[in-house]
Amino acid sequence: MNSTHTFLSTPPFIESLIKKKILGKLMLILLAAVVVWRMGTALVENPSLFLQQVINGLQLGFVYALIALGYTMVYGIVRLINFAHGDVFMVGAFMSFYAISRLQLHTWPSKLFPNMNSMLSVGIGSITVVILSMIVCALMAITIERVAYKPLRSAARISALITAIGVSFFLEYFGALPFVFSANYITYKRPFEVTTWVANGEGVQTLARGIEVPANSVIFSNIAVLIIVASIILMVLLQYTVTRTKIGKAMRAVAYDKQTAQLMGINVNMIISITFAIGAALAGAAGMLYAIAFPQVVFWMGIIPGLKSFVAAVLGGIGSIPGALVGALIMGQAETLSAAYISTPMRDAIAFSILIIVLLVRPTGIFGEATREKA
Amino acid sequence: MLLDVHDLNVYYGAIHALKGISFHVEKGEIVTLIGANGAGKSSTLNTISGLLRTRTGHIRFEDKEITRIEPQDIVKQGVVQVPEGRKIFATLTVMENLEMGAFIHDDKARIAEDLESVLQRFPRLRERRKQLGGTLSGGEQQMLAIARGLMARPSLLLLDEPSMGLSPILVEQIFEIIRDINEQGTSILLVEQNAQMALSIADRGYVLETGSVVNEGAAQDLLHNPSVIEAYLGGHG
Ligand SMILES: Nc1ncnc2c1ncn2[C@@H]1O[C@H](COP(=O)(O)OP(=O)(O)OP(=O)(O)O)[C@@H](O)[C@H]1O
Ligand SMILES: [Mg+2]
Repeated sequence: MNSTHTFLSTPPFIESLIKKKILGKLMLILLAAVVVWRMGTALVENPSLFLQQVINGLQLGFVYALIALGYTMVYGIVRLINFAHGDVFMVGAFMSFYAISRLQLHTWPSKLFPNMNSMLSVGIGSITVVILSMIVCALMAITIERVAYKPLRSAARISALITAIGVSFFLEYFGALPFVFSANYITYKRPFEVTTWVANGEGVQTLARGIEVPANSVIFSNIAVLIIVASIILMVLLQYTVTRTKIGKAMRAVAYDKQTAQLMGINVNMIISITFAIGAALAGAAGMLYAIAFPQVVFWMGIIPGLKSFVAAVLGGIGSIPGALVGALIMGQAETLSAAYISTPMRDAIAFSILIIVLLVRPTGIFGEATREKA
Repeated sequence: MLLDVHDLNVYYGAIHALKGISFHVEKGEIVTLIGANGAGKSSTLNTISGLLRTRTGHIRFEDKEITRIEPQDIVKQGVVQVPEGRKIFATLTVMENLEMGAFIHDDKARIAEDLESVLQRFPRLRERRKQLGGTLSGGEQQMLAIARGLMARPSLLLLDEPSMGLSPILVEQIFEIIRDINEQGTSILLVEQNAQMALSIADRGYVLETGSVVNEGAAQDLLHNPSVIEAYLGGHG
């Protein structure tokens, strides 16, 4: 810009502020300072409470990570924000609910082998349930992709995006029908008993039911352990699949360049289906884990976790698998810490403010590269 | 006849890109398609590979109709394209690019043998095998593109402008390699703008102009054909 700016044009000073995203960066620095200060004082005032929130946030963050991976993988391969993904998570939760409460599927090992160690039989039973949920979600996502998204693959991107929103509504309101999931809150029966441990200066003990939590200690349950361990196992499997197997390499090749992938003899449609299936299976597992942690299921339960995981994926850099994990862990912490130290009703507002700030300052997210638009 | 292409008519929307193109490749031959920018050379290769569909005519490979089958099945028949501009998977390593070349094969032992033989042919790639494809130089990328194509075990290799953007020495090398691949039994359909080089290694050639074949014949004859010299070999060579 030269000096001939008129009365109506933006002053060069403001213009340069906007260009260099200084306003966004300032906001971010300010926010970071406030957060660090607030967290610092919280840690000093009451370390055990702070640690407790971090543990809770970790548990939530890992569930978000499982969902965020599906957003990021699907975006990576077909450049689509699959807004129906949160509802796949919901279906996963409901499938595990039916498998446990109606079919008693989690009890099959103890029925078949009454002498089996009870922990082992519950473990095998729960794994059976989660695998069932994952398979149902995977098949559902393959169907959705074939029916709703594939016909639009060469259409304008906005068409597929609107379709995804439509699929999301369809799943929710179809689920709300009285003969499907119904519109009620339904209590979720966990496949195992909850055990809680107390950890403090004197070590770790089981917390008996009805006993008050001693001061200056942190509690955690087998649910938190389950969520964190199960998520890590699933993510390691995913990482192995994507980096080491032929299908995973083909997924990356297709994500990079579909036409050339076809010239290698790669069946691009099949690879896209597999990507949707893997993402949905992870969301299905997340649905069950989430329902175990917050034991209630309802047809719209996927909306908010879905949106937050989407924010996590954008925060980490959509298209990036490590980004999804990092973004989700940050989101989990942001949510529990803001609920504890700012205000509970504010926590969702804060989660979505993160999205706005990220989009302002670094639209490509933490791990995102400069976007490479390909034909 | 190894490849029989008959009467291709290909459109991009309203643009009529190929207007009744016919040609053939015999087993063991190097056949070249030459022509100016936009003549329809890449469109022809992409139609053979199944990325584009012709409205009329047919494509037969080893007497089997491949006109309407899927791109991945065409690769499985042994018709493999090395596309224009290399199209290396930049986010995959050199090794992974080569593995993708062998995607249609499952026999691990033979894949390892193939890998060894392409790495022997392109020692540069062995040094770079852990590097991301996107970090290679243009010449190295072209070598990788050809090596990746060979990993599919083609009986007919379609090469789209392998000399594009390479220094004269590298062009010499690439053409030497193409001739060598051909001598080891792979038939070759070579698309080139560098008509001189292409005709010098080819058995036969076809000249394309705005979507039609305007001239064809033995490569040596085309090299001495006045109208070809005029248009593609730089005047009165
Ligand atoms: N994707 C496309 N959409 C519309 N028109 C296209 C497309 N691809 C090619 N064309 C047109 O089809 C014609 C043939 O193009 P093609 O790429 O086959 O030419 P070419 O001989 O390979 O040229 P070059 O030597 O520049 O690579 C050109 O007129 C081109 O503009
Ligand atoms: Mg071309």
